[in-house]
Amino acid sequence: MSKLNILTKGFFKENPSLILVLGTCPTLAVTTSVNNALGMGAATTFVLLMSNILISMLKNVIPDKIRIPCFIVIIATFVSMIDLIIQGFLPALSASLGVFIPLIVVNCIVLGRAEAFASKNLVFDSLLDGLGMGIGFTISLVLIAAVREVLGAGSFMGFTFIPSHYNMLLFVLAPGAFIVYGFVMAAVRQILNNVEAKRKARQANA
Amino acid sequence: MNKLLNVSGSPHVHSGESVQKIMVSVIVALMPALVVSIFYFGLPVIVLTLVSVGCCVLFEYLIQRFIMKVPTTISDGSAVVTGLLLAFNVPANLPIWMMVVGALVAIGIAKMPFGGLGHNLFNPALVARVFMLISFPVAMTTWPVPTPIWGFADAVTGPTPLGILKESAAVNMGEMPRYLDLLVGQMGGSFGEISAIALLLGAAYLLWKRVITWHIPVAFILTVFIFSGIFYLIDPTQYANPFFHLLTGGLMLGAFFMATDMVTSPTTPSAMLVFGAGCGLITIIIRLFGAYPEGVSFSILLMNAMVPLLNRWFKPKTYAK
Repeated sequence: MSKLNILTKGFFKENPSLILVLGTCPTLAVTTSVNNALGMGAATTFVLLMSNILISMLKNVIPDKIRIPCFIVIIATFVSMIDLIIQGFLPALSASLGVFIPLIVVNCIVLGRAEAFASKNLVFDSLLDGLGMGIGFTISLVLIAAVREVLGAGSFMGFTFIPSHYNMLLFVLAPGAFIVYGFVMAAVRQILNNVEAKRKARQANA
Repeated sequence: MNKLLNVSGSPHVHSGESVQKIMVSVIVALMPALVVSIFYFGLPVIVLTLVSVGCCVLFEYLIQRFIMKVPTTISDGSAVVTGLLLAFNVPANLPIWMMVVGALVAIGIAKMPFGGLGHNLFNPALVARVFMLISFPVAMTTWPVPTPIWGFADAVTGPTPLGILKESAAVNMGEMPRYLDLLVGQMGGSFGEISAIALLLGAAYLLWKRVITWHIPVAFILTVFIFSGIFYLIDPTQYANPFFHLLTGGLMLGAFFMATDMVTSPTTPSAMLVFGAGCGLITIIIRLFGAYPEGVSFSILLMNAMVPLLNRWFKPKTYAK
């Protein structure tokens, strides 16, 4: 697998929340607005990147039997750091994301990449993998949040352009999260399938 | 000659029933209620019903033609029934565009993504109704006061009987419509649910045509009656009379036309009884203790989710085993 491939596979082809269906809790909970989604995506990307690098470095030191607690300790360290940074410099974001920043510790994506990739691969590859997965997670959050914010609150990134009379409140509530998640997932998979089918057709012709 | 050699599996005798015939029966059964609502609310009822039915059929056609790329099934009439039931579940003064959104939700979210008629887990009209109730809480709970067609007070809005009940701590029967009014439909409410007599007439037709069986409606209504009766006996000053609970809100419409939807209700009689009783229990819990004044649509949707379990639980025993 080429270096570029390791980076880009997380964007869409192995997108953590849309294709692998990991990290659904933050996907459903923080996508009420695009700003929240960007904040959550950035925080998770930071944690993924740093934990992947460190775990990849330590992979020969960590005893196999207690690797999961070790991964969690490393992940929790970076989550505490990003939590304090956000509290200190972006208090508004910290208030709206609330408990979901500390909960990145138990996000399946971070542990999943540590277990499936970083503990078996070289440091630089793990760095690319963490970055790619983080960006993919951010893309999926922003896609879902864009639909929910426009339909539910009539705004995009806090900029209101639809009068509140036309808002569909359900989309910023929990059921709207599930509905939009499902439809975005279906749409992205359909597009990927179409792209794949076209690629195969071109190969067959060539 | 070939006909003689034609070998096929059972069943060999066809009753002549088809999806289309069943849907036509349901549409016919809904007509008395529609006439009563046109009588009380006038032109808006006709407009909303046409918009709802038209949009449901149109969205079903568009989704099947351009997204699913399968043969269209709009001629089976199920989209028409969904549209009618959806229209029956809204106040007569609902803005038209909300009706269009409701139709899109019913067909585009509750029906087609599951695979169309026969595959949907939840009743499409009720999903759309609950969607609108949560999304447009003000528009969906502003009820016009029913005035016979020759009346002029068409801009007046008023509460539903169940709304009055939820607002006041003690039951003040003086404010309430009389039972006769409740029976014929002189009460505030979604426009298809107001007249108990018209709905019972339609239900009798459906029972006679054997489109529905008695199990679900009877279990549903009896459970509501018994539980509201228990609370009425405990404290008549705080809880309303059970007859009042039977005649108000969407109970008649829900019990006979929504809960009995063939796709989203259980298949065996015993499962149907449990299904109906569950609907009744949830309805009365929401009505007496919940935040919403009316719980029929929530109760049916919640029990819809239980249907696969009920079907498995009450699976008929294999013969001679």
